Amino acid sequence: MIFRRPVFWLTLLFAALMIWVPVTGNRVALREDLVLVAIAIILASNLNLMIGYTGYVNFGHIVFYGLGGYVGLYLVTGRQWNLVWAALAAGVTVSLFALALGLGILRLRGAYFALATIGVLLAVQSFVENFDPWGRSTGMYVSFDSYQRLGGARHALWLTYFLVIGVMALSMLLSLAIKTSKFGLGLFAIREDEDAAVVLGVNTTLFKAVIYSISAFLPAVAGALMFFKNGMIDPSVAFEFMLSLEGIVMLMLGGKGTVVGAALGGGLYEKLRSSLLTAPKLSNFHLVIAGGLLLLVVLFAPGGLVGWLYRLAPRARKVLE
Amino acid sequence: MTALLEVKGVTKRFGGLHAVSDVSFSLGEGEILGLIGPNGAGKTTLFNVVNGVYKPDKGTITFAGKDITQCPPNEVVHLGLARTHQIVKPLQDMTVLENVTVGACFGRDYLPLHQARKVAWEVLERVGLAPRAETLARSLTIAGKKRLEVARALAARPKLLLLDEVLAGLNPTEVSYMIGIVRDIRDSGISVFMIEHLMQAIMSLSNRIVVLSNGQKLAEGRPEEVARDPQVIEAYLGDPDIAEKLRQESDATATAD
Repeated sequence: MIFRRPVFWLTLLFAALMIWVPVTGNRVALREDLVLVAIAIILASNLNLMIGYTGYVNFGHIVFYGLGGYVGLYLVTGRQWNLVWAALAAGVTVSLFALALGLGILRLRGAYFALATIGVLLAVQSFVENFDPWGRSTGMYVSFDSYQRLGGARHALWLTYFLVIGVMALSMLLSLAIKTSKFGLGLFAIREDEDAAVVLGVNTTLFKAVIYSISAFLPAVAGALMFFKNGMIDPSVAFEFMLSLEGIVMLMLGGKGTVVGAALGGGLYEKLRSSLLTAPKLSNFHLVIAGGLLLLVVLFAPGGLVGWLYRLAPRARKVLE
Repeated sequence: MTALLEVKGVTKRFGGLHAVSDVSFSLGEGEILGLIGPNGAGKTTLFNVVNGVYKPDKGTITFAGKDITQCPPNEVVHLGLARTHQIVKPLQDMTVLENVTVGACFGRDYLPLHQARKVAWEVLERVGLAPRAETLARSLTIAGKKRLEVARALAARPKLLLLDEVLAGLNPTEVSYMIGIVRDIRDSGISVFMIEHLMQAIMSLSNRIVVLSNGQKLAEGRPEEVARDPQVIEAYLGDPDIAEKLRQESDATATAD
């Protein structure tokens, strides 16, 4: 049972802390920091389902986040939907889109799949840039009364924060649930040797499309929440290729294939990134650091932080899944 | 004996090459059928056609009364036809137990995880890999990996097992251990269709043997008949000395029986 896993309780504890710390004393600045950490963890955890679990490198994972943001904002502002329903609808829509797409591009393997994911990102971005209902390249703004309906901006921002933390916890629990399931075992088999997996009875075509679709759901929900919080969306912030790449760095840094690693990598990298970004003389220097880190990790610690922990203490494998 | 597997007029071409051409045979329940032939005769291709990795250009394959000619490999496994690979394909970064659990999970009965783990342990005991259950598959020796192949296929609880050169690359002790495993599999009621280059082993294990050469079926029959078949001696063995040696071996096993 999932309740017996230490990571289950660690996740809940972590989420509780993420809520409790900024709420006590109403620390809004800290909240704005932590929401970015949570988003990083959401992106890294769901990317992990593809890269770490299934062995398919997705360079365009951010497309789900951006599309989720667009669908969400469109429903909230254009159709006056409630935020929660809009976010869920964004998740479902983007998941279905990913399922249809996955059945096609997941016939490709290795570098060809990776290239196709970049293609998807670019194609979706240019589509949105030319899509009138979504405001083309100027994007969309959240109408002021959307916040009013949630009891005013102050209240709405806190609510959004809590929802993002909830999505973060769900991302980690979803990773854990899949890892300990039969479905997860089938995915691992695909990662290790896809041809062997088919002969062992795994319906690889279906499994790959389903996990691709699942890995789209929570990032899309998070995108809807996050861009609602920011009050606007445009193609350049929604489909930021760099963020997609940074997701891969986070995952490699923490340790791909592990629930804790994805979260740890996401959290740590985001903290590092924001401290570099706010340092005045270092504009975009964080990308240099990201590249350097990736190189070091791949060369010297291919298992990331968690893999390194496993080597120090093999017992950790049982606890920090 | 009712036919469990019926292969009729199967042809598989790769470009201009007839890897398998117009091959027919059948395999009865509880039988061990051997498949021999020189390198490049099309043996592994025939296996790949039978378990659905390749679709044949012509012909039909019937398994347990069902036409499986167009079935993908993963569906063939659900029907009860499992196989091993000549070039082993372990799931390297997973433990031996996990490897076998995959076989049980997605095999004939599509077992839930906890039951699959139980089946996996049973199979590991049976092939002597239980002490290594928690090690990563990549750290097994070649003999261990061959046994893992067999264990994974067995965990699917098949009615028919295709064994592709499970004895190749093993030392004599390991060979005799593996032969014991194959006998044990047959005795538990699973039919076996096996490719083997080790003549002594296949002659003593098989009920019948199919000989393949240049993609065509050259002969079929009891081991001693096949070994005496002049066509086989001429085309497959080529060397009369080997033929003579084989004949003596099959005579020896015939008298031993």
